[in-house]
Amino acid sequence: MNYPQIPKSWNIESKPHKFCPGCGHGIALKALGMVIDELGIQDKTVFGVDIGCSLLAWDFFNVDTIQTHHGRTTPVITGIKRANPELITIAYMGDGGGYAIGSQHLVNAAARNEKITVILVNNTNYGMTGGQMAPTTLPGQKTETTPYGRDVDETGYPTLGPEMVAAIAREGAYVARGTVANLRQLKGFIKKAIENQMAGNGFSFVEVLSGCPTNWRTNAKETWDFIENTMTQYFKVGELKVPGKGE
Amino acid sequence: MANKPITGEQRVFMTGNEVIAYAAVMAEADIMYGYPITPQNEIMHYWTRLAPKYGKKFLQTEDELSAGFTTIGGVLAGRKAFTATAGPGNTLMQEPMSMAEMMRIPTLLIVQQRGGPSTATVIYSQQEVTMTTYGGNGEGFRIVYSTSSHQDLYDYVIKGFNTAWKYRFPTFILGDGYQAKMREACVMYDPAERGIELVKPTPYMGAPGTPGVDRKPSHMRNTYNTEEELYEVVMNLAKAYEAIIPEVVEFEELNAFEADTVIIAHGVVSRAAKGAVKELLAEGEKKVGYFRPITLRPLAVNELREIAQRAKKLIIAESSYGQLLKQIKEAIYGTDVEIHTILKPGVGITQEEIVAKYHEVK
Amino acid sequence: MAKVVKIALAGEGGQGVQSVAEIIAEAANEEGKEAIYIPNFGVEQRGGVSIAFIQISDEPIGSPKFEKGDIVVALSDRAVRRTRQYVGENTVFVYDSSIEGIEKDLPTNAKKILAIPALEVSKKELHPRVFNVLIMGAVLEATGVVTIEQAKKAIEKKLGYKFEKDPSLRELNYKAIDRGASLVREQ
Repeated sequence: MNYPQIPKSWNIESKPHKFCPGCGHGIALKALGMVIDELGIQDKTVFGVDIGCSLLAWDFFNVDTIQTHHGRTTPVITGIKRANPELITIAYMGDGGGYAIGSQHLVNAAARNEKITVILVNNTNYGMTGGQMAPTTLPGQKTETTPYGRDVDETGYPTLGPEMVAAIAREGAYVARGTVANLRQLKGFIKKAIENQMAGNGFSFVEVLSGCPTNWRTNAKETWDFIENTMTQYFKVGELKVPGKGE
Repeated sequence: MANKPITGEQRVFMTGNEVIAYAAVMAEADIMYGYPITPQNEIMHYWTRLAPKYGKKFLQTEDELSAGFTTIGGVLAGRKAFTATAGPGNTLMQEPMSMAEMMRIPTLLIVQQRGGPSTATVIYSQQEVTMTTYGGNGEGFRIVYSTSSHQDLYDYVIKGFNTAWKYRFPTFILGDGYQAKMREACVMYDPAERGIELVKPTPYMGAPGTPGVDRKPSHMRNTYNTEEELYEVVMNLAKAYEAIIPEVVEFEELNAFEADTVIIAHGVVSRAAKGAVKELLAEGEKKVGYFRPITLRPLAVNELREIAQRAKKLIIAESSYGQLLKQIKEAIYGTDVEIHTILKPGVGITQEEIVAKYHEVK
Repeated sequence: MAKVVKIALAGEGGQGVQSVAEIIAEAANEEGKEAIYIPNFGVEQRGGVSIAFIQISDEPIGSPKFEKGDIVVALSDRAVRRTRQYVGENTVFVYDSSIEGIEKDLPTNAKKILAIPALEVSKKELHPRVFNVLIMGAVLEATGVVTIEQAKKAIEKKLGYKFEKDPSLRELNYKAIDRGASLVREQ
């Protein structure tokens, strides 16, 4: 697998990007950039970024981009799509934005089958604010607010986002979980998600398993090992809901 | 599909919420986003009945945060978008409205004030003045019209969309439960027939052409890295806001610049205040006047100072524990006019009470 | 100053006080007068006493609510207790004579207190469903805010579609309004 070229839709002026070394956002956004290029939708795409590390992507693409508030990207993007259905609208957020502070928006957008695409990066912690426990923090995982490891009796189990969305969304929705460890597959999921919106089928949602070496305090090898081997024990990679493929 | 629900001038007798829905259609609003809360619900009820007939849309959201942020989305897409709320819903609205303030997004929010704090009553108050003028983590770069009648509701909803899109500051119509639910007469009209030109919206996102190729991408942010960067942004907002104040400020008065005692009230209470002053003048009292700020943000500071410097006494009447009072005190800081008050949080104020207060303090 | 006529109407849910208030206010508006009608719409609207506030004048009306009414009508025991606060020395207080157990709750400061057998008359002479229209006739007689003719036009506007189907309903409503007026005249 090799994608050396920079996506055409990237904004070169804002590169090198501002994410930490080894952060997974760059890979997720590369996959998205390639999809925008392949589908030829740079002129019709509106990109919404949440607060959290995703806020850094506000000038990442040569695509109209709105930086919103923490958790509120889903409604802003919904509002845009409802007002102008010709646009292809993508909400980009982290696990805190999607599963904690903005969970009601995610749940209800899925329930209404909004014709939008949500891409949610799961790195098991709040990166921007300094590595606190997120809804996705694994049992026993140490964070700044679970210094002795996440105690599931106290704080519950990791949120299974795509499973939740797949349970809520109805016919026409597309739901998948990809990983930055498999760019080709991730790109395919994101492409299908956006195509699903373009076809007017319904809500589309892709969770992206990603790494946060800065807050995990891991080196490159440990980071990839955690994404590929530890996270995938809880978060199963694959498609959960594909229109026309039965339930 | 019919073009407009109103042609010519039509005297109607209906609730304020219904008037607002008609005004929004006549202002060429494209889409309403909303979440149920009393006493604004019927704005949504009437809008959803009218909207499909005139090619307009509605989305019922999961809460007021979403109603506010989807409204922002609608505006970003270049549509005249609006929402309506009250009380605890207005509290939630402050988050999206602070984003609109930072990014100069011309949202229109209609507030039908109910009792507070907390859930309180679903009936009436003037307790959302501070929140509507200065809510959110910002500086109050907003335009707030306080209406007092159904005619105001019709006029200022139409005007409010124009103000929002002309000046690009979030704009608010501050009504209340009485105005929402009562029936009274007003005249509806087609703004075009009165020579009112409606400002056309333009998209912030999704304009024609490929970003980075045919045009610059629209990259909008509200987060900044340094103190200095933010300072510059906020000072530019302040400068832009201050520049429009003279054009935006509105007030109504009666004998206010000649009187010894001036009664000040806004919104629906101004009706009782104006009635009281008319009654007193008719009874032969000469030194009484009435002043009503129509814009609570920006406030008519120059006029209030002039009055405070000339008059001996002010009587400030409001259905809150002093939210307008606080703003007036700030506006007239340094003058030594005597201030009297009728402060009735969440309760209506009658003309009789104001007349009695005048006799008590004059 | 032009006189503003202030009316408070209170009853139990289903007694139709809000539709009566609406018809009176609309009739006044049709006559070219200024009118304001506020329904009570608190949490009370679910299971509480239903109150309507009306003001009618030749000139624009100030405050939408008022302290004391010119006429206050109470149609149930709870309504009698709830509306006492709107009764002052210039108030005509009207209540239905069939209401029991309210002797101690009747206002003592009213200009005049009228007990009218509206419920009984509507049941015996007309039909219970026009009880509220009978009350409207009484209010109009007591206040003179709107002519009976104008009120009939307003009823026609509101219920005309029902009258089309069954013209006897029209007659029943008109009778009710006239009879209500006569109950006050006879006092």
